[in-house]
Amino acid sequence: MTLHFTNAKLIDPDAGQIITGGLTVSGGKILQIGEDTAPKGADVIDCGGQYLAPGIVDLGVKVCEPGERHKESYRSAGQAAAAGGVTTMITRPDTDPAIDSPEVLEFVTRRANEAAPVNVVPMAALTKGRAGREMTEIGFLMDAGAAAFTDCDHVVTDTKVFGRALTYARSLGALVIAHPQEPILSKGAAATSGKFASVRGLPAVSPMAERMGLDRDIALIEMTGAKYHADQITTARALPALERAKANGLDITAGVGIHHLTLNALDVADYRTFFKLKPPLRDEEDRLAVAHAVASGLIDIICSMHTPQDEESKRLPFEEAASGAVGLETFLPAAMRLVHAEVMDLPTLWRAMSLNPAKRLGLPAGRLQAGAPADLVLFNPDAPFVMDRSSLRSKSLNTPFDGMRMQGKVLKTFVAGNCVFEAH
Amino acid sequence: MRQFAQEQGRRPSITLPRRAMPAYKAATLQKGLPMSFPHRHLLGIEPLSPPDITAILDRADFYADLNRQADKHNDVLAGMTQINMFFENSTRTQASFEIAGKRLGADVMNMAMQASSIKKGETLIDTALTLNAMHPDLLVVRHPQSGAVDLLAQKVNCAVLNAGDGRHEHPTQALLDALTIRRAKGRLHRLSIAICGDIAHSRVARSNIMLLGKMENRIRLIGPPTLMPSQIGEFGVEVFDDMAEGLKDVDVVMMLRLQKERMDGGFIPSEREYYHRYGLDAEKLAHAKPDAIVMHPGPMNRGVEIDGTLADDINRSVIQDQVEMGVAVRMAAMDLLAQNIRNARAA
Repeated sequence: MTLHFTNAKLIDPDAGQIITGGLTVSGGKILQIGEDTAPKGADVIDCGGQYLAPGIVDLGVKVCEPGERHKESYRSAGQAAAAGGVTTMITRPDTDPAIDSPEVLEFVTRRANEAAPVNVVPMAALTKGRAGREMTEIGFLMDAGAAAFTDCDHVVTDTKVFGRALTYARSLGALVIAHPQEPILSKGAAATSGKFASVRGLPAVSPMAERMGLDRDIALIEMTGAKYHADQITTARALPALERAKANGLDITAGVGIHHLTLNALDVADYRTFFKLKPPLRDEEDRLAVAHAVASGLIDIICSMHTPQDEESKRLPFEEAASGAVGLETFLPAAMRLVHAEVMDLPTLWRAMSLNPAKRLGLPAGRLQAGAPADLVLFNPDAPFVMDRSSLRSKSLNTPFDGMRMQGKVLKTFVAGNCVFEAH
Repeated sequence: MRQFAQEQGRRPSITLPRRAMPAYKAATLQKGLPMSFPHRHLLGIEPLSPPDITAILDRADFYADLNRQADKHNDVLAGMTQINMFFENSTRTQASFEIAGKRLGADVMNMAMQASSIKKGETLIDTALTLNAMHPDLLVVRHPQSGAVDLLAQKVNCAVLNAGDGRHEHPTQALLDALTIRRAKGRLHRLSIAICGDIAHSRVARSNIMLLGKMENRIRLIGPPTLMPSQIGEFGVEVFDDMAEGLKDVDVVMMLRLQKERMDGGFIPSEREYYHRYGLDAEKLAHAKPDAIVMHPGPMNRGVEIDGTLADDINRSVIQDQVEMGVAVRMAAMDLLAQNIRNARAA
């Protein structure tokens, strides 16, 4: 089946440009871009002058299978992803039990293939039970399809264990993703130390804890030569260390969650637990510094850090409440804030949301070129709406954007040339 | 006068005569006509305006006088139910709220929450909803976590009074401190006030900084840097780590309890070094103004943050007056909130 998109603005993150024209899809792959004459017999989709971009590749989505399917299943997460323009979910292993054996990974892959309308690429735990003591069967897990290895927000405190896991992973060419954080300094913290945490009387962690964690990890990468990705860099203080490590030629990349790019510590206001994240939201200076680091390419990847939590785990005093926010469906409109605030343009944003994560994990997605998979999102970057969390497709509705005015609507989402979402 | 009282073996009240109250205000107080207090709850000092604070203190002055009468009853809460929910140990605050409620004629019930349903795994919200279904009018809550009382107040439809939440706020303590200062100094503005000790873990300090700041006083915080909250300098206060320097020419010295139970460990080297450097004694107090008063929210650690003799010095210490004003301020706060409840029901 051949499909032709006509009258579109095509975002090409690789070339860093926007082309006006058409795009043809055949056999689930992109046939050509630019030419706006539909081939004979092709179904034509009129994009009405809106933007067509590679689908978002979201690195670090939590789907709560196995263990807590009431919070999020592959079906609900997949539908949320499709509605948010996310065509590839790279899922986290911080489930209960953790995804730390080939058997669990196979279960997850099967569930994902049955239920999710978008591509699912699973990650596996770096250590058994994410406990930081013994490494998992990295080789078997890679054979079973694990794209990367991470203990998520658990820091492997034992540097010997972490160093060995990195060395072993390097021998297999596996990517290790870690959470840069000094675990003892940040223990028990619910906020970032500063004026706001002082007023609210919340236990807080210095932003320096992130740099300390990153510095340690950088030293270990230098020692082992492993392929490393820092899941979230959220403070200005960590950026020079990251820049130096890259300049020294280490195989290191870094990401940041969309919430840390669009919200700051003050948004917590009267102890709103939907704004409790891990790491906690930072000051405005940090947010701006990190946003500009994404624009400059120092931080490579933006992700949604989709973390479903049910009402019970959020309706608690702030210190006790669970961390995390859902982000799949609000990812694109939230990211549009960065474009509308002129921090970065659309191709730069797509480089961070789609091209870079795909490249880092060795996936063919994230590109707008002939031969690439036809995973596409058609969207209007300006359409305004008021976010209503009850409209979310996720099983958990813990979005911090509830009631906020946003801009940017996904019109259609395609995975391998098939329409998986269409806005009414 | 004071000397005479001492000779007579009676404890003198060191409170100075109050400013003459305007006649219209005195009339309002006596008749118990509603004064405007535009708040549903008393969750903290932060949302209060200076007129709100003055309204509570003026009302409390009336109750302070009433509390010295033989008949201490003014049954403005008659028929109302007050529940004291304490999720954290407290003797003094709970007793103060209980007496305040009883003197105003409310039906008062105390619940020691550590002992009850929390142990059975019930959440804070469910506990609140259960009690709410019993139609209390006033809920007095203390909780070990910051923000827990705000959360609870969102889920009930009675007036909630914060009796201390974590390290966040303790509004009635700040109000009773303010009343004590106003009665001792004759005013509550343009005073130089030092708050000394464990500021980081203290909700009393936070509420006091906010209240005294709103009333346009000069606030100095004194304590070891490990016990100072981060970026506290941005609150419009001066920060000192030396007692002699910090206490220079202040009108009021407010000591804080060294909250041993909140210490994760390692904030100060030892109690004796703390007492040597930060414990208030006559020598350190000599740096303050000659008529400076000494306050402490209690319970005191004698010989840790304050010298026992100084704490008992009736010429300097107003610690007992603070306890007395505590009952009056809580009566005033509950009275004002109850008036709002009654007005809302009448409307």
